[in-house]
Amino acid sequence: MIRTPSPSVFRPKTKIDRSVLAENRALVDKINRRGVLRGTLSMGALALLGGCSVTDTPAMQTFLRGVSDWNDRVQSLLFRPNHLAPTFSEAQVVKPPRFNAHFDIEDLKPVDRRTWKLELAGLIKDKRPWTAAQLATLPRQEWIIRHICVEGWDYIGQWSGVNLRTFLERVGADLTAKYVAFKCADDYTESLDMASALHPQTILATGYAREPITDPFGFPLRLRTAVKLGFKNAKWITAIEVTNTFPDTFWRKQGFNWFAGI
Amino acid sequence: MPAPNSRAPKSPPPPRKLHPLPVRIMHWTNAVAMLIMITSGWKIYNDDVLFGWLHFPDAIIPGPWAQHGLQWHFFGMWILGLNGLAYVIYGFASGRFRRMLVPIRIPELVGDVRDALRFRLAHDDPTRYNMVQRLLYIGVLIAGVLIVLSGLVIWKPVQFSELLVLFGGSFQLARLVHFLCMSAIVGFVLVHVTLALLVPHTLVAMVTGGPVVSDARAPAPEPAS
Repeated sequence: MIRTPSPSVFRPKTKIDRSVLAENRALVDKINRRGVLRGTLSMGALALLGGCSVTDTPAMQTFLRGVSDWNDRVQSLLFRPNHLAPTFSEAQVVKPPRFNAHFDIEDLKPVDRRTWKLELAGLIKDKRPWTAAQLATLPRQEWIIRHICVEGWDYIGQWSGVNLRTFLERVGADLTAKYVAFKCADDYTESLDMASALHPQTILATGYAREPITDPFGFPLRLRTAVKLGFKNAKWITAIEVTNTFPDTFWRKQGFNWFAGI
Repeated sequence: MPAPNSRAPKSPPPPRKLHPLPVRIMHWTNAVAMLIMITSGWKIYNDDVLFGWLHFPDAIIPGPWAQHGLQWHFFGMWILGLNGLAYVIYGFASGRFRRMLVPIRIPELVGDVRDALRFRLAHDDPTRYNMVQRLLYIGVLIAGVLIVLSGLVIWKPVQFSELLVLFGGSFQLARLVHFLCMSAIVGFVLVHVTLALLVPHTLVAMVTGGPVVSDARAPAPEPAS
């Protein structure tokens, strides 16, 4: 893909044909059921082999990713929309935060704050893009919360910015839609279920430990939510879309769980 | 031991195999689930180790990538969790735990431990667990409960934040407990499998059901109505 200076390259110019997606989803479900049978039959043998070479085969991946998608539904049932994650004192905050991304730190391409803007798409009434200066006029809030990585490590971080629910209400987003999707300057994609997007501890963060966010932590805008694993917190956000069509994500395509709620 | 049958109920229960069919099904289901959970858990562990000196070799873990370990773990958890829950309910409801695992008498335990360490532990009667067996089976059941609890906390430290309090609010402590329970269970499995291979009729019994036993040894028969 050729990158142009304009961030609008991230937004499709035409609406997605949803009927095609709906058809594909039915097909995927069918494959899953077949995969479940096949996977279950060979499961015992696979387990004995340690699953080393077979896990990555298409049949096994169809089965295991089918289970992962089913786990998404269980997690959304377990989710408590108003249950707050534990918060911590300022003394416990780790500075700077811990870096992790889908690329090495040397390959970071900083975002220019002067030309950066946040584009909006999908089920949103006011789709005018936002500049960093405009975002700074919105009410801010701060959360000192635990960041947990899917790898197993964790640290306490102090994040401030605009509450995502407040922002979505402000731009007239359809809060009954299913998903909020994020596109990022580093070609990363993430999406949240609406319930998690509207959680009180989900913010569009622009600050860390009372200072503006610096690189490599997602300057100028990143997501920070207390109810998801670290990788769900998109950095270098350039566009937000509210949609009912499932927005696939960078890590889910690689086989990670999508909901990734904690 | 009190004289058997001294207080037997009027209508004795129907004859029953040492390991009834539900026990055998749940035992082998659990064996498969544990294999999945332990090997995939090692894969997940390798991504952020608790001990710098300990990495599990690629040859014994599912792969190639981290997500594959996670995929297996979050599939296996359903088999392990549901089968384990069924087993615990069955164990209490059927009286199997009461019949086979208690009481543990300390003087007998000391003697049995001494015999076990000298490899002289009697196992002529497969229908009666010695004190060392009782202690180990109860211990591994407790480790099983703890590994599920710590696993739930690691999976959902926010949704189950009340459970995280049991671990002092420390996510890393929950991980450590999860790891130590795994270590205890792996230790148990090594002993369990070794002894089953050394005394093969116990292994056969877990397939065929073993000898028919009566409930005569039940410590507290139901009073006649």
